[in-house]
Amino acid sequence: MEQITQFYAIYGSLINFIGINALLALSLNVTLAAGMLSMGNAAFAGLGGYTAGILTVHFKVPFIVALGGGALMAGIVAVVLGLPVLRLKGVFLAIATLAFGEVVRIAAVNLTVTGGAEGLTGIPNVTKPWMIFLTLGLAAYFLAVLRRSQLGWGLVSIRDDETAAACMGIPITYYKLLAFTIGAMMAGLAGAMYAHLSYLITPRDFGFFIAVDLLIYNIVGGTRVWYGPVMGAALLTALPEILRGIGVAAGPIRMGVNGLILLLVILFLPNGLASLMIRLRPTAQAPEASDHTV
Amino acid sequence: MNLLAQQLVNGLFIGSVYGLFAVGYTLVFGVLDILNLAHAAVFTLGGLSALWLAQTFGLSIWLAFPAATVLAGLLGLLLNAVAFAPLRQRADSHFSGLISSIAMAIVFEAMALGLFGARSVRFPVGTVKVHIWHIGQSVTITSLQVSIVAVVALLMVVLTLFLKRSRTGKAIRAVAENDRAAMLLGIDVRGIIAFTFFISSALGGAAGILYGLYFDSLAPDMGRSIELKGLAVIILGGMGSIPGAILGGLAFGLSEVLTVAVTGTSNLRDAVAFMVLFAILLLRPSGLLGRARMREA
Repeated sequence: MEQITQFYAIYGSLINFIGINALLALSLNVTLAAGMLSMGNAAFAGLGGYTAGILTVHFKVPFIVALGGGALMAGIVAVVLGLPVLRLKGVFLAIATLAFGEVVRIAAVNLTVTGGAEGLTGIPNVTKPWMIFLTLGLAAYFLAVLRRSQLGWGLVSIRDDETAAACMGIPITYYKLLAFTIGAMMAGLAGAMYAHLSYLITPRDFGFFIAVDLLIYNIVGGTRVWYGPVMGAALLTALPEILRGIGVAAGPIRMGVNGLILLLVILFLPNGLASLMIRLRPTAQAPEASDHTV
Repeated sequence: MNLLAQQLVNGLFIGSVYGLFAVGYTLVFGVLDILNLAHAAVFTLGGLSALWLAQTFGLSIWLAFPAATVLAGLLGLLLNAVAFAPLRQRADSHFSGLISSIAMAIVFEAMALGLFGARSVRFPVGTVKVHIWHIGQSVTITSLQVSIVAVVALLMVVLTLFLKRSRTGKAIRAVAENDRAAMLLGIDVRGIIAFTFFISSALGGAAGILYGLYFDSLAPDMGRSIELKGLAVIILGGMGSIPGAILGGLAFGLSEVLTVAVTGTSNLRDAVAFMVLFAILLLRPSGLLGRARMREA
């Protein structure tokens, strides 16, 4: 028991951040399931985090209300943004959502209510590990169920061929917007918990490179199954600690290892580390025939 | 008023560097329909290797510049061989290419960090002799600024002539139009793609050197700020369009300085640019000079 306590004392914050990052990775996975390359989920997490933080600090609402408010704000913005933006495809959608992310970041730097470049401080630390992992569990369950639902199959068909999906009577705009909004709310919730975990939230916490990280978690883990993004987030979040354990100091090597892992996975394991597990399973189901990663 | 004139002049100079950077970006996109996110890292390494050549070997900038440009071009060949060529046959090569270019960007940035350290560095004093000209009452132009624009203009003229007139240039355009048809006509498509990466990265490296000279500062993470600006520029100009990239770069440079001049602070500088990018994507996704079909890519 004492060892467990000690382990948690050392690695507690790492474990919490793994949970948050896994939740963020899953939020992106919802949009990737429909073949939408959104780079806006980091910004949605920022919106959720700032909204929840402001609700707690300035309006003194209960924690659960702040969490709900953060997720709701992200969801509302996602609907307003998604209606015009989801007409774009591929890299154009990625660039439009990147631009949105930059606008959110710049707004956070310049507004007074968000605390400017130094960020919003004085947020109480009230997020408990069980909250993070309960939410993560629910999100993972949702994604596992989603794959077998009508919405899930609809999203897959949109991913594979949007025109054909439309001809089959799938309400494309509605489904895409729904997936985008669900993903955004999940990210908003994760951001809200993050803000109440680290006492403060700054514009840097949700910039372009965080958006890229979320994509990397999905690719390294694999986008096809719910545990792919979770694995990717867990591995890459823990990697700096693992490397420190074997004596690699922070700096270029650690960064290079990150890049090399991503490169090796995309070159040799197009469906991510999760596909490795499917391959190793003796009674493996045949992996899906198509070769798409998204 | 005079301040505004000075700002406009500065905007044109920095805009030409943005344009040069974006031309390399857009060239690869035009030929392969792939977004090469490692371009900014090549930009950084180009600038840093020019500094290294100037410092370690005492080369004059007139030798270090072309040498570092070629080095950046070689990085482009490496990029193509490692991150793009192996994925080309895959059904989702647009997407996986984007990811592998991110991976290479991280590796390149780690290289820059490992080789040159994290501090920001500058060219040795006297690398370029700067004359200052005064025009009117308060507009000043330095010889460095003029050389930068001259270099950018020269590179663009050479590139345009090369693409329009030379046999290899025509082959590049043929591959951009339809790689299968080009292969049937006996064009070495793989070689052409590799060569396109060489040119693109060389131009990106050249932009990095000019950027480092202009701001008199180089750092391993300097590519980060220009990465998103470059994207904005090629969207503005139209994906795959070279004149569009130059025009977009100038427009972007001007919009930056004008925002600062109008609002009086630099806080909103990037916000305006990204709002414009956003509007262009929604209203005219093909950009100012781009082709409409690109939108589907």
